[in-house]
Amino acid sequence: MILSINIVENNMLNMLLIAAIYLGIFSVAGLFLVLLERKVAAWFQLRLGPNRVGPWGLLQTMADALKLVSKELTGTVKADKFLYNLAPYFVIISSLMALAVFPFTQEFQAFDINIGIFFLIAISSIGVIGILLGGWASNNKFALIGAMRSGVQTISYELSVGLSLVTMVLLTGTLQLSEIIEVQKNGWLIVQGHIPAIIAFMIYMIAGTAETNRAPFDMVEAESELGAGFHTEYSGMKFAYFFLAEFINMFIIAAIAATVFFGGWLEPAWLTPLGIAEVFPAIGVFWFLGKTFALVFLMMWFRWTFPRLRVDQLLTLEWKYLLPLNLLNIVLMALIVWLGLTIQI
Amino acid sequence: MDTNIANSNLKSEDYFINMGPQHPATHGVLRLLLTIDGEIIKKVEPDLGYIHRSIEKMCERDSYQQIVHLTDRMDYLSSHINNEAVCLTVENALQLEVPERVKVIRTIIGELTRIASHCLWWGVMGMDVGALTTYFYGFRDREMINDIFEETCGARLTMNYNIPGGLMFDIHPNFVKRTKDFVAHFKTKIPEYDKLLTGNVIFQKRMKGVGILSKEDAISFGASGPVARGSGYSCDVRKYHSYSALDKVTFNEALKTEGDSLARYEVRIQEMWESLSIIEQLIDNIPEGEHKVATNAVIKLPKGEFYQKVETARGELGVFINSTGTKNPYRLKFRSPGFSNLSLLNHIAVGGKIGDLVASMATLDLVIPDIDR
Amino acid sequence: MSYFGDIYKGIKTLLTGMSVTGKVFLNNKNNSITQQYPDNRETLKMFNRFRGEVVMPHNEKNEHTCTGCQKCEIACPNGSIEIIWDRQIDPESGKKKKMIDQHIYHLGMCTMCGLCIEACPTDAILWAQNYENSVYDRSALTKVLNQPGSKIMPGVED
Repeated sequence: MILSINIVENNMLNMLLIAAIYLGIFSVAGLFLVLLERKVAAWFQLRLGPNRVGPWGLLQTMADALKLVSKELTGTVKADKFLYNLAPYFVIISSLMALAVFPFTQEFQAFDINIGIFFLIAISSIGVIGILLGGWASNNKFALIGAMRSGVQTISYELSVGLSLVTMVLLTGTLQLSEIIEVQKNGWLIVQGHIPAIIAFMIYMIAGTAETNRAPFDMVEAESELGAGFHTEYSGMKFAYFFLAEFINMFIIAAIAATVFFGGWLEPAWLTPLGIAEVFPAIGVFWFLGKTFALVFLMMWFRWTFPRLRVDQLLTLEWKYLLPLNLLNIVLMALIVWLGLTIQI
Repeated sequence: MDTNIANSNLKSEDYFINMGPQHPATHGVLRLLLTIDGEIIKKVEPDLGYIHRSIEKMCERDSYQQIVHLTDRMDYLSSHINNEAVCLTVENALQLEVPERVKVIRTIIGELTRIASHCLWWGVMGMDVGALTTYFYGFRDREMINDIFEETCGARLTMNYNIPGGLMFDIHPNFVKRTKDFVAHFKTKIPEYDKLLTGNVIFQKRMKGVGILSKEDAISFGASGPVARGSGYSCDVRKYHSYSALDKVTFNEALKTEGDSLARYEVRIQEMWESLSIIEQLIDNIPEGEHKVATNAVIKLPKGEFYQKVETARGELGVFINSTGTKNPYRLKFRSPGFSNLSLLNHIAVGGKIGDLVASMATLDLVIPDIDR
Repeated sequence: MSYFGDIYKGIKTLLTGMSVTGKVFLNNKNNSITQQYPDNRETLKMFNRFRGEVVMPHNEKNEHTCTGCQKCEIACPNGSIEIIWDRQIDPESGKKKKMIDQHIYHLGMCTMCGLCIEACPTDAILWAQNYENSVYDRSALTKVLNQPGSKIMPGVED
């Protein structure tokens, strides 16, 4: 692929160019995810979904985005203006930043730092500050309850996301995403680490869904309880930032899982003898996105099936079930690595 | 309301929050004034009157035929049963014996209405606890009932099919076949409801032990219908004061003793099965005959007071008519189930979280136009 | 251990729920219950008894069967029907007879209860099955049901 980048050797202009390309690609990808969610939701719910704007409704979210851009930005009179305006940017920037470290194929990676996983966990928890700010500064009680719930939720589930990834890092011995994928040439980590890896994957998906504030963990927005939660008072493009960030976050959570558990851009092992990847390396993007969207679909499936948890049950789930299991799981994984019981293909 | 806030000796950590009249969980225009400490409900004050249309007053100027169509607009989800209540009151007052055929058709359509209402309630119940998909599954099945109604009565919601003395017109030739199709279809769908929502561990956790209502409280608050039966208070009007053709069928009164939200939920699911069984018993033997008996064009009730109660999908609906012998009632009072059931809300929601309030409110199955009238 | 038992049971119920929605997802093409409303105008047919609006049918000679008895007007709970009538000499019998000038129907006020149609002794008014009743101007909802220049069908009596 053309975008072979090393951050140290390239100049400012180059970096700006790449940033612009990423921004362009992912705002379109975010819109596409919104469309996908609406279509998938419709198919779960005996409906057809958007089908009026463009062929199969493909341009529906474009039209929605245009509408949101042209809408008036309203706000509450007694809102804390500065924080109120800052919050949506916090959320969207933090989610876009995380995209920089993903290896889409061997050479299509903007920013290959040696603490990739750590960076992702750190960045993905900054977004919640935006939600807290937005809920606080709106000067609305529903928004405040939503923001406080979000704080509680993210602090708790951050642990599980981190620990389940740490479990996998025990296997790889590195935090750098490109090297994690390199390790998986001997078999995806979910195969290599078998039982503890599967447990870690399940915990990661549950905690990741909670991290993105999606149903069944959508305490933050809980429209039957709080109306719209933290973004009650936002309109137009500022609301769109929150909305887009939610979907990009979902993509990120799925992409981390695809990279760490399912071999990222690596093709399935039974396809390797065909040698497609050597002739045409860009096929890796297809595998990466394929795995990611399969996991995104799983998260959508959760959302359109399960009822929402109550806020105290949410914490019970984390502190009584996920966290102890996760700690046990780490010990189990350490034993397996120590005794050399991993499965290598 | 404002003076209440000023005079109450609030602790500093409590705050007020206004839930409704524009709120997704209040199903219409109910306003709840909540006193909350963090997430915990301290007090719930329902504020009514946003959809008051003075139906009882309008009834005083209307003839008895005209009153029927107003009751469609009270509890619009069991409109047929509301119509039936008024018609039964008038028929009892006139000592008019309606044909057997009318009684059976009224009962079948009444039970279909109950299933339709419970379908919608089930969908909305799921939506209130966050499972949005249930709404569409509930509506899929309700739609079939609505088609049956539309073919026979001409309307889907505000049917106005009953008239004092019988039915406005005979059932459509397709009615029996369509109803049988529906019964067969719906028997496969209730287990699906159970799989999707009832058995779900999250749903169980949300509902079990939440919003507990004891039998004594249910009686003293005047609860009726599935709400009271969830607390073990056997009060089915269909059993104890059976009307129309309900004395000819055998059915069990759905009864649970736990008194929590889950019990009320399960009572309604059980009621759907019972309604199906009632329909099955009647649908094959609708007697031949007239669909109405002739009444005077202007109905004048004899002087006196008349009361009739029926079991709507929400509970006991009572119709009280005070007649002075003219063509209009002197006073007409509806004892609506929603109003009494709403009065429980503060009792069962206090001490729970906001999420619990929403869940227990959904199990009360409130229809706001029924409360305000 | 009930702790692990709970987890196992919990996950099992979750998967059962997902299987229900998953089946619907896979069969969506056949299952979808949505009507593509403005596109299916040609095929969308209401049931015969559907209460769309009140109409007064006329025959090819521009004759209706309304005698102007006003029973529908009395039966209507909210005054949606107004009948303007006059006594004119009937050309056949030569006697003075009640005849309608205008049968006015306020669709905007009508609650579709059907009492007027039940009350009509000569079946002069019927339900139409149309369902697109919205208009841009409120005044368009007030309709005169008898066509201009129409007469009562000969031989129709109360």
